[in-house]
Amino acid sequence: MNKKTFGNKLVASPYIVWSAIFIVVPLIIMVYFALTDESGAFTLANLSGLGLYKKAFGISILYAVAATLITLILAYPMAYFMTKLNVSSQRMLFMIVMIPMWMNFLIRTYSWITILANTGLINTFLTNIGLKPLKLINTPGAVILGMVYDFIPYMILPIYSVMSKLDKSLLEAAEDLGSNSFTKFKKVIFPLSRPGVISGITMVFVPSVSTFYISQKLGGNKTMLIGDTIEYFFNLGPSYYNIASAISLVLMVMILICLFVMNRFTDDEDGGVLM
Amino acid sequence: MKILSKLYIALIILFLYAPVAVMIVFSFNSSSSVWVMGGFSTRWYEGLANDTTMLTALEHTLIVAVLSAVISTVLGTAAAVGVTAIRNRISKKVVMSVTQIPMMNADIVTGISLMLLFIFFGKLIGLNESLGFVTVLIAHITFNLPYVILSVIPKLRQTDSHLAEAALDLGCTPLKAFFKVILPSISTGIVTGFIMAFTLSLDDFVISYFTCGHYQTLPIVIYNMTKKSVTPDTYALSTLIFITVFVLMVLYNVLQTKSEKKRTETVRV
Repeated sequence: MNKKTFGNKLVASPYIVWSAIFIVVPLIIMVYFALTDESGAFTLANLSGLGLYKKAFGISILYAVAATLITLILAYPMAYFMTKLNVSSQRMLFMIVMIPMWMNFLIRTYSWITILANTGLINTFLTNIGLKPLKLINTPGAVILGMVYDFIPYMILPIYSVMSKLDKSLLEAAEDLGSNSFTKFKKVIFPLSRPGVISGITMVFVPSVSTFYISQKLGGNKTMLIGDTIEYFFNLGPSYYNIASAISLVLMVMILICLFVMNRFTDDEDGGVLM
Repeated sequence: MKILSKLYIALIILFLYAPVAVMIVFSFNSSSSVWVMGGFSTRWYEGLANDTTMLTALEHTLIVAVLSAVISTVLGTAAAVGVTAIRNRISKKVVMSVTQIPMMNADIVTGISLMLLFIFFGKLIGLNESLGFVTVLIAHITFNLPYVILSVIPKLRQTDSHLAEAALDLGCTPLKAFFKVILPSISTGIVTGFIMAFTLSLDDFVISYFTCGHYQTLPIVIYNMTKKSVTPDTYALSTLIFITVFVLMVLYNVLQTKSEKKRTETVRV
């Protein structure tokens, strides 16, 4: 018996070594780069100079929060209505929502250019019916739209998963105790669907706040998000690795704080659901 | 209410698929515009078939996806078995928290930290060009592992540990007990983990972008294509990818429903 547990534990050791080298050490190296200058001497200049990128941080957070909220508002009713259908339609809808997720997000973002461009489909339609064309592409709205479109499946599916497993007898109990549909929603459905909402929010917020492709394609060159800034510095070459590492480090810490705060909202042990 | 909710679902589906539809239509454009339809043509698809960059990238993507999925499934399953056996609560918690880092962290941070590691060690052993096939493979295995581990662990928890003990008592070696008793009962978790790893690897752009060097995978080639002016050949490629994904998903679903039906039938018998 003892022998068995001992042997089992050792089975994890290749993975433990792997995760130490390829998860922990890279982060330590990133911190090292953030705290040194080009010659390798210790400095705080990279971090203290980050004030220059205040705007990029601010815009990134603002856009990501807006995109996450819009996604939640659109996705929640969708997930709720899905659970009301019969099992085979539910299964089909689950697949329909998931298919775009398996398509590369570069492609999904890119297809919006045709729709939103100055001579794109919407503006062609507007001019044809005699209206003035609108400025759609290269606007903050287009960037947020791109985020919502790219990441909405990550919000719908976890909420749906939690709601579809909801114990029907609880709803019946609420009805028997005289709840109308609003109280039923407020007291039973919403609190129980919260783990799904929390994991949906993190799964949309994290990629939104760190994106660098969506903003380049739909926001033009005007909007530099935090991801764009990091990518820009890394492409400039090794002498800019230090400053880029400092920005990445702050981004990571910011995301960790957000995740920590979000996890406070889930009282359940597992802390959210994995898709 | 019923009609309204169905209308809402229809609108969301429209939102999800309108850009896809637009893309498919313009991939058949005979002119090189993605805004004005000139006429029907398959010239962009013919162009793709002769595009060696694209075909090489496709090959690279498939090699990396298959290898990284296989390696991370083996490593990850072993890790899941080992981690559930760890009795010490604190060391278990540390291992599980580290495991979650690549899932929780922004892809760009994961990509950059790995790239710094590869460059750092590349310099130590005197390489000029440290990024390439090996580094992109390592990166993919690294971000695949947590998904494999977290799909296998729940299955292990559901497995009755007495079964393995019984096998050992009846004279099985631990290895044989694992293959005869544990493996069959966690196989669905392993398959889910493998499929997730494979698709994540196929789809990854951000982490590959920072770790691949000159070993370009398909998403990297798509990125380079979209950097230049917008032409329908990208749409043609995307349409092919969409159709492949669509067919695979439908097939997977049909097979799953079939096997479920079979299962309920055998239960009834």
